[in-house]
Amino acid sequence: MAKKLPAKDVVLVGFGWTAAILGQELTDAGLDVLAIERGSWRDTSTDFAVTFAQDELRYMWRRALFEEPARETVTFRNAPDQEALPMRHLGSFLPATGVGGAGVHWNGQTWRFLPTDFVARSHNEQRYGPLPADMTVQDWGITYDELEPHYDKFEYLCGISGKAGNLAGQIQAGGNPFEGPRRRDYPNPPLDMVYGPTLFEAAAKATGHKPFPCPAANMSRAYTNPLGVMLGPCTYCGFCEKFGCGNNSKASPQTTVLPVLMRKDNFELRTDCEVLTVNQDKSAKRATGVTYIDAQGEEFEQPAEMVIMCAYALHNPRLLLLSGIGTPYDPKTGEGAVGKNYAYQITSGVDVFFDDKILNPFVGAGALGIGIDDYNGDNFDHTGLGFIGGGYLACWDTNARPIEHHPTPAGTPKWGPDWKKAVAKNYLTTASISTHGAVMSHRNNYLDLDPTYRDIYGRPLMRMTFDFTDNEHKMSDYLTARAADIAKAMNAREIHAKKRTGHYSIVPYQTTHNTGGAIMGADPKTSVVNKYLQSWDLYNLFVLGACAFPQNAGYNPTGTVAALAYHTADAIKTQYLKNPGFLVQA
Amino acid sequence: MSAPTFNRRQMLTAGVVAGSAAAIDTAHARSISGEVPWQEGQANKPDIAQPGTYEFLTAAEAAFLDAALSRMIPKDDLGPGAKEAGVTFFLDRQLGGPYGEASHWYMQGPWKKGVPTQGYQSRMTPAELYRAAIKAIDGHCTGQYSGKTFSELSAAQQDDILKGLEKGDIDLKTVDAKSFFTMFLQNTMEGFFSDPLYGGNRDMVGWKLIGFPGARYDYRPYVKKHGQKLGLQPVGITGRPTWKPA
Repeated sequence: MAKKLPAKDVVLVGFGWTAAILGQELTDAGLDVLAIERGSWRDTSTDFAVTFAQDELRYMWRRALFEEPARETVTFRNAPDQEALPMRHLGSFLPATGVGGAGVHWNGQTWRFLPTDFVARSHNEQRYGPLPADMTVQDWGITYDELEPHYDKFEYLCGISGKAGNLAGQIQAGGNPFEGPRRRDYPNPPLDMVYGPTLFEAAAKATGHKPFPCPAANMSRAYTNPLGVMLGPCTYCGFCEKFGCGNNSKASPQTTVLPVLMRKDNFELRTDCEVLTVNQDKSAKRATGVTYIDAQGEEFEQPAEMVIMCAYALHNPRLLLLSGIGTPYDPKTGEGAVGKNYAYQITSGVDVFFDDKILNPFVGAGALGIGIDDYNGDNFDHTGLGFIGGGYLACWDTNARPIEHHPTPAGTPKWGPDWKKAVAKNYLTTASISTHGAVMSHRNNYLDLDPTYRDIYGRPLMRMTFDFTDNEHKMSDYLTARAADIAKAMNAREIHAKKRTGHYSIVPYQTTHNTGGAIMGADPKTSVVNKYLQSWDLYNLFVLGACAFPQNAGYNPTGTVAALAYHTADAIKTQYLKNPGFLVQA
Repeated sequence: MSAPTFNRRQMLTAGVVAGSAAAIDTAHARSISGEVPWQEGQANKPDIAQPGTYEFLTAAEAAFLDAALSRMIPKDDLGPGAKEAGVTFFLDRQLGGPYGEASHWYMQGPWKKGVPTQGYQSRMTPAELYRAAIKAIDGHCTGQYSGKTFSELSAAQQDDILKGLEKGDIDLKTVDAKSFFTMFLQNTMEGFFSDPLYGGNRDMVGWKLIGFPGARYDYRPYVKKHGQKLGLQPVGITGRPTWKPA
């Protein structure tokens, strides 16, 4: 039997970005908050100090900051008629474990979604007519305008470096003219720009596009955030994504919230403890708390007035399924919502090889680059193109860590003397344009529990059924062709366009932008949570993170994940606590 | 649906099967409140490869790897190759450590072949795969080339074998040739380009080949030096270019 512990006001499941935000906000409201994290405590100076953080083998290839498939993984198949097999080691995406979650090892590319992204079904149908029958795209049940103050709050928490493109409806020269209106500029100016992106910027302008410096959670100068936490200026070391920042220069829970939150008496963190189930009372309208197991193998029942799931996008839907909360999605009937609309992103790139331009690509930062948004969302006319959605194009200079990054022209062997010559010739003189495309939800892309494979505790693994559809391939090919247009205008020796072809594969790294499975919406039949990320089933359960996205947009998700978290925290503080119950009537 | 049930016995059994029982035993749950639990002078340091003789590789395996690595990244006018960079030693330490044991990998059955988009599905750990593959490749070579092992072949013959493995044209019977080659290629890059503290990239020859300055932490003076050769000598986490692991 699990040992029963004294009750808490709030239990947070997991301790990454969303839990840090909710923990900070709800302790401010006077609540007694407990976070339960499956991984260990991590801090900058102990775990990724400047003296040893620049270790590509350890952090990227030996996966020091990521979850261990030995403990928990997913099974994967492309289609419902295949047998899913376990992802035996990480590849396509890199979920985290440990304090700070993936907020420790992200690049810091911090976007707002477009106003039209939140009304993807109604907007596209109004402009282009009915969507294909199997495209299960939905409106979010929330608008850009409702989220704007919360985007703003996160950007100021993090000290985002960037340039506004739309200040309260006024388009600003040098910013992203396609972004939704924002109340004020970014808290910090853009990062200093390295050479490669400036060549892209000139070519993009010359070809009629509207380039801008990408918004970055890497500090362009020293910054003190509204909580009084200080971040140092970025040193452009090129070890951001897949690494912890040794310099307190990349916004993460550790560098923005934890120095304040951890010192509060009404906050407790339990590490190396994994939540096994969320428990509910007999009425099935209320969560009673969670059951968790600690690293020594002892089980505990932790009662709580509220439970807030803050684990990674793949883990929250699984915990719902393991806890028997909500109705699992059935792709045959389209009924049920838990696990529905799993989505991802589709990426491609164009390498640009120069003879005469030394780019020094190792001088980099996670979100250092120039982007264009001309082909994102519905920023362009899709009439006759055969797809909806889009993505940004960007010339990033995130890094040139050589195990991962040693570009060679098309036709170069992967080893041997010709490979060696090509790598030596091109390493310092190659830029790359990447495309970052949306994935629309589809009837047969979903999450459920695997019938065969189990995790370390004997619980069923999550089964992921996913493939790119025609919409993604047509869209990605279009983006790749536009990137190639700009690449040609960069007047290089040669370019190499690398299209994304064929079935989705779990093997090569693409992005850690898994979405859906516990989606938000206005109708309990077709969504798991309401606009406040409150469960339609249990009024005191909230489910945060990118699992709430009804489909994915053509941007990195963290900005929107955090804005939704602040929106939830605000609703709990101003509405829920006065009268605990459903905030939206079903 | 009802919630699945589980008990301690299942958990511990699963842990043993997954090879991660040690991870459970060594990690300890803790409660933290009212403080940032930071301790001066504490650092979660990397595991530095200790010099010495081979701990995992047999003499025959080392001979195979020396020969194969000399073809993967050969010594030439541009500089030392993978063998000279100590990649064999790097592989010895990697295969003899947690990576070789697949300590982080999901290694529970049932085992099925699957399709390529589902990734690695062999029940062999990297250490087991190398051991079996090298034996099978040498067996293949002695059959094809009148008793000569891989390391005794000419460079051109060795290239033919490696290309056959890469394409999956050679049937090794006990091992999937393509799976082995994919892993070997990746590990070669790791050994040639990783920080020298792991025993490869000796004298930072991989970094010098391409112009990567290594484990530096502040490039602010160079951000605006567009188009300029910086001439920065590489540095490693444990020291300067002259530092040697073995």
